[in-house]
Amino acid sequence: MNEDEVFYLFSLAVASISLLLLALILVVLVQYTLPVIKEMGFDYFITSSWNPVFGKEKYGILPYFLGTVLTSFIAVLVGVPISFGIALFLTEYSNKTLKKYLSIMIDLLAAIPSVIYGLWGFFVFRNFILDYIEKPLHNYFGKISIFSATPTGLDFLSGGLILAIMIIPIVSSVTREVLELVPTEIKEGIYAIGGNRYDVIVYGSIRYSKNGILGAILLGLGRAVGETMAVSMVIGNATGENALPRSLFSAGQTLSSLIANEFNEANPTSLHPNALVGAGLVLLMMAIVVNLGARAIVSKYKR
Amino acid sequence: MKRRSIAKKLPTYLLFSLLILVYALYLVILPSSTLVINGAGSTFVYPLISKWSSEYRKIDPSMIINYQSIGSGGGIRLFINKTVDFGASDAPLNKQQMEVAKGVIHIPETLGAVVMSYNLPNINLIINLTGEVIADIYLGKITRWSDKRITELNPGIKMPDEKIVVIHRAEGSGTTYVFTDYLSRVNNEWKSLVGRGTSVQWPTGLGAVGSEGVASLINQIKFSIGYIELSYALQTNMTYAAIRNQYGKFVVPAPENVKQAASNLARSLPKGNESWENVSLVDAPGENAYPIVSFSYILVYEELSLLPGMNERKAKDLVNFLWWCVHEGQNYSLSLGYVPLPPEVVRINEESIRMIKFKGISLMGGD
Repeated sequence: MNEDEVFYLFSLAVASISLLLLALILVVLVQYTLPVIKEMGFDYFITSSWNPVFGKEKYGILPYFLGTVLTSFIAVLVGVPISFGIALFLTEYSNKTLKKYLSIMIDLLAAIPSVIYGLWGFFVFRNFILDYIEKPLHNYFGKISIFSATPTGLDFLSGGLILAIMIIPIVSSVTREVLELVPTEIKEGIYAIGGNRYDVIVYGSIRYSKNGILGAILLGLGRAVGETMAVSMVIGNATGENALPRSLFSAGQTLSSLIANEFNEANPTSLHPNALVGAGLVLLMMAIVVNLGARAIVSKYKR
Repeated sequence: MKRRSIAKKLPTYLLFSLLILVYALYLVILPSSTLVINGAGSTFVYPLISKWSSEYRKIDPSMIINYQSIGSGGGIRLFINKTVDFGASDAPLNKQQMEVAKGVIHIPETLGAVVMSYNLPNINLIINLTGEVIADIYLGKITRWSDKRITELNPGIKMPDEKIVVIHRAEGSGTTYVFTDYLSRVNNEWKSLVGRGTSVQWPTGLGAVGSEGVASLINQIKFSIGYIELSYALQTNMTYAAIRNQYGKFVVPAPENVKQAASNLARSLPKGNESWENVSLVDAPGENAYPIVSFSYILVYEELSLLPGMNERKAKDLVNFLWWCVHEGQNYSLSLGYVPLPPEVVRINEESIRMIKFKGISLMGGD
């Protein structure tokens, strides 16, 4: 065996570790989840009762699944247009110095630990949302069901908006990179036939890079789905029927905040830990689907 | 060029390797002179156990108590798996857990109380509540402060006509166990609908993480109510309600009122190696007994040689430490917001600690 082969085998072994890890994690998650599915049946996925009390045990993860979907949806709905604006400004409008410093600032946003976002959300941002968004909406449109619950600032909307801020760095920097790959020939061509900068952006940059932008959005969604601490601090942490998303202003919970909240004290001889691991399995599945989707789209674009 | 840049970095590399070397040496030398006793569990008693651990080092410098506050549930899990030398839990082991943790001894090591804290602007008096009313607030049946059932308990106070914002702990916690244990005791609907546990299915309300989360929500949200540990309420000067006890008197959670709840029930307590599942100090008899009180427990095995890595010296040290905790250790309770054990309970603990053996030989023979 020459050096080349040794090195090849070594790197192959190291590379397969990551695959092996994912497989092992899946095996363990499934193994821990099976008892609760055996007990609850398919109801585990489609009911909303969550009672860990001994003798009353019942587990249904529907509210937390819906909570995860809803908050991630709000995050994408609000965060993506902002990130898109940032990326467009940086690639098409700003000068070089401004671009350099703004990019650094935005990347720094990504470096802030999520618990800091959570603390800020809990003490500052929540009150801002409550006074300037939720109370006016509730007062004027309180009859519409999604604005009907009494606003407290600890609800799906706050959770979604905190996530929106948290996905801005990743979505905007990936979008920026994608937009920078647009060939100059295309832009020059549009200018040549009499287009202005607006035409260049809409018919040139965006059309050319739409797959890449979709990939960026899915990466942001992936981050939003798995985020735990920041959401947990502002979402109100309701459980059971009470956590079903009936209104934007009602308290709820996501899969990841449920696990973080309850795992430490879960009674090891009950099904409670199994039910929580099951929530983790569903969460992992969601993250895998979203991330694979993102990769597929981004790689298609790169080719 | 390249060579020079490596030469430049050399001092950093050297310093770094030196640090690793020193740390490795520290790790190698440490175990030969000191013994580490591992414990894990309740976050509620963490401040107290951590104080004990540092105070006890002054008495016996050859021993380190390493306590991880991972929550009672996690502590029980590690205790059952025999990963730690002792566990700490705010709730006693239940029947299933007793079966897998055969030979467990419960040692109540301190007393805690849960207080009802609230945010009522412009009301500076302590309000009165009863267990039935608290349960109905948490069931979502009493929704306004001006409800007749609240106003008739507080004749001198003008209650605002505002919605009550109900706050509970989001994460599983011993505090929730004590609180729901109390509500199950005084309200049958709560008992059948919700029950008691470290996490329950809340019919209404907002969940906040940790005592500090509940406390800061109460401070931020007007007309809110929540339950917090006495120790945390004392440290942060929160206002709390007086609650009607079995005797019919409204009492505040002063240390002597908490202590009375335990001493009045001491005669009915089981032996250390029996089941403590049904032990509950909530709604205890006594003229001044505060009604939402509980023990926090240290869990140890009666036969310590069952634990991997246990030897006679370590077992002896553990037992001496436990003995110290329930005696001298109690002096550190009050300043940290815990309530010292009444003498009746200390006597039960003495008997329990004497039961602990290593390979069948009692470790506290001489004392």
